[in-house]
Amino acid sequence: MTVEPTWYLVLSALLFTIGGAGLLVRRNPLVMFMCVELMLNAVNLTFVTFARMLNDTGGQVVVFFVLVVAAAEVVVGLGIIVAILRRQPGADADDISLLKG
Amino acid sequence: MLEAVWLIPALPLLGFALIVAGNRRLGEPWAGWLATAMIGGSFVAGVVTFAGLLERPEEERQYVYRVFTWLPAGGLDVDLGFLVDPLSMTMVLFVTGVGTLIHLYSIGYMHGDPGFHRFFAYLNLFAFSMLMLVLGDNLLVTFLGWEGVGACSYLLISFWFGSEANASAGKKAFVTNRIGDVGFMLAMFLSFATLGTLSYVNGDGTGILENTAALSAAAATGIAVLAFVGACGKSAQLPLFVWLPDAMAGPTPVSALIHAATMVTSGVYLLTRLSPVLAQADDWVPTLIAVVGAATALFAATVAVAQRDIKKVLAYSTVSQLGYMFLAVGSGAYVAAIFHMVTHAFFKALLFLGAGSVIHGLHEEQDMRRMGALRAFMPITAATFIVGWLAIAGVPPFAGFWSKDEILLYAWAKSPILWAVGLVTALLTAFYMSRQVFMVFFGEARWGDTVEGEHATVEDAPGESEEPPVEVAVAHGGATPHESPWTMYVPLIALAGLAAVGGGLNLPFSGTHFLADWLHPVVEAAEAEIDVSDATKVGLALVATVTALLGIAAAAAVYLRHRIDARRVEPDLLLQAWRYDAGISALVGGPGRAGAEAAASADRVGIDGAVNGVATLVRTGGDRLRVVQTGLVRSYALSIAVGAVGLLAYFLVRTGL
Repeated sequence: MTVEPTWYLVLSALLFTIGGAGLLVRRNPLVMFMCVELMLNAVNLTFVTFARMLNDTGGQVVVFFVLVVAAAEVVVGLGIIVAILRRQPGADADDISLLKG
Repeated sequence: MLEAVWLIPALPLLGFALIVAGNRRLGEPWAGWLATAMIGGSFVAGVVTFAGLLERPEEERQYVYRVFTWLPAGGLDVDLGFLVDPLSMTMVLFVTGVGTLIHLYSIGYMHGDPGFHRFFAYLNLFAFSMLMLVLGDNLLVTFLGWEGVGACSYLLISFWFGSEANASAGKKAFVTNRIGDVGFMLAMFLSFATLGTLSYVNGDGTGILENTAALSAAAATGIAVLAFVGACGKSAQLPLFVWLPDAMAGPTPVSALIHAATMVTSGVYLLTRLSPVLAQADDWVPTLIAVVGAATALFAATVAVAQRDIKKVLAYSTVSQLGYMFLAVGSGAYVAAIFHMVTHAFFKALLFLGAGSVIHGLHEEQDMRRMGALRAFMPITAATFIVGWLAIAGVPPFAGFWSKDEILLYAWAKSPILWAVGLVTALLTAFYMSRQVFMVFFGEARWGDTVEGEHATVEDAPGESEEPPVEVAVAHGGATPHESPWTMYVPLIALAGLAAVGGGLNLPFSGTHFLADWLHPVVEAAEAEIDVSDATKVGLALVATVTALLGIAAAAAVYLRHRIDARRVEPDLLLQAWRYDAGISALVGGPGRAGAEAAASADRVGIDGAVNGVATLVRTGGDRLRVVQTGLVRSYALSIAVGAVGLLAYFLVRTGL
């Protein structure tokens, strides 16, 4: 049984949905953060799959960009989350609504 | 020697700067002497320049001294330069000459005033501005001086700003002048639009005065009329004369220098300077000028008949005499206009300074009904004032006779109606000036009397009331009038001399037209050629003389012999200047105010309403939209997800899936 590209796409869709659902339902900022990472990597997987299918390295290049940006984002995001949790131990995402209009 | 011209305005400017820098340290009397020295130096520089100009043959009497390029702006290239020619030198000589005498006089007059140094700083600044006005080699420099003298006039009218009346008189003068200034500015714009330059002479034949052939009649008419509007404001002609009588709130030397001798004549100077343009304009322009001048002359003369304030009489008389000058300009008698300007500067400055001396001697009394018999107490003032009176009344051989006679001659050539108006004005002039002399210097002493009605005198500021009345009262025993110090009567004597013989500048006999020959290159384009026989000339002069004597005799009958009750020839209507002022107040205060309020409410409701409406709209919209911003990260994420799904659905539907 051969592994069809479609499988990868299905897997990626699954991962993206899990990430998205987790982001919407969980309140722990760290978990939400991991869900975002999950969504990003689901997208990466799609890119790689299409790169293989279409024989175009452009998709793989984009993945590198995404990785780099994600790494930078992790640094900033984790820093913010740690800072918030220090001030307010056990805070969840709904507690932090300082930008309410 | 012509290069000395830059010193003429520079010295008073230096004086102004030094006095401002020295401030109170340079108090009385040094500030006064410094200012007098500066304007005196300016006079000397003027004489030197004049001598340099006199050396040249007539057709070369024009010299431009460029100090620096002021505004190099594309097509507009304006220099700060001085034009030395017969007209500007005539102006410079009498401005600095009379100015020096009045500065000297002010040292005595302003004695003891806490604003002594401030007064002389303004006076020097005024002299600087006036000299820039007459020396400027283009319209913009003239305009600089024009505005400068206006500002100094404002500062000096409200010199004793402690009193409300003085402050508003200054404002009135300034605002009224601005109306005229708009005319000047528009004339300047129009001249640049049509000729591309503001310079009077450029040396290459493109200056305003050299290039009038390039002006269409319509453009020349426009420039002439607009310049005349400007002149009306500055020179107090109908309908803009209202500020001048009120300007008497300033110290008397200011009235003499600014509001009689120099600044108010700058309108006449401007029109004479632009005479080649006026010659190019349509025929109705000179007629308009002559009619306005004649009307102003007659109007102001009638008002002067009933005034009680010694300075108000002279103020209306000044308006009237300025009307004469405009009548001359309109009749094409530019030389006569300048001639009368010079002689008027002599005798009117003399009369004002004499009035100042009287006011000083009577301790700030200005109501003529409380004067009388002063000739015994103030012999020098009385003698010089009488010379000024004979000069302005037009009694030969005093200066005023010759200049007024020449104006009447040209008016006769233009239209006998104008001449008749001028003659009636001359009659009234002789009458009201005689009335003044008889009320002040002759008759019985009435000082200290109370007269019916409230005090007509202007409430004076602390500076004036600090004059030491107690000390003087002790010295003279009661409120006896006293003669003024030498700094005050020396200028009076000098001006009396000039007023007596000033007519010699331009006598109507062959070979004695000195001023006419001197000014010939400047005004030749516009000066009217009149064809009047000698017999007519002599006849007109005789009629004028008889008229003057008639006026004096009538005044003597009323005010010396008391044949007629004085109150019958001084109707209230004239005392209130035909209610012109009240009429303007009613007009501006009634319909004018209503219009302004309508405009203000249109501004409030329309413009402000639109702006505020937009702001309200945005704020309300923002308030409504605020609730969307929950601050909850997960709700944002949800809206992003929903949005993404929505977009996806949209594209899928669009592609027809």
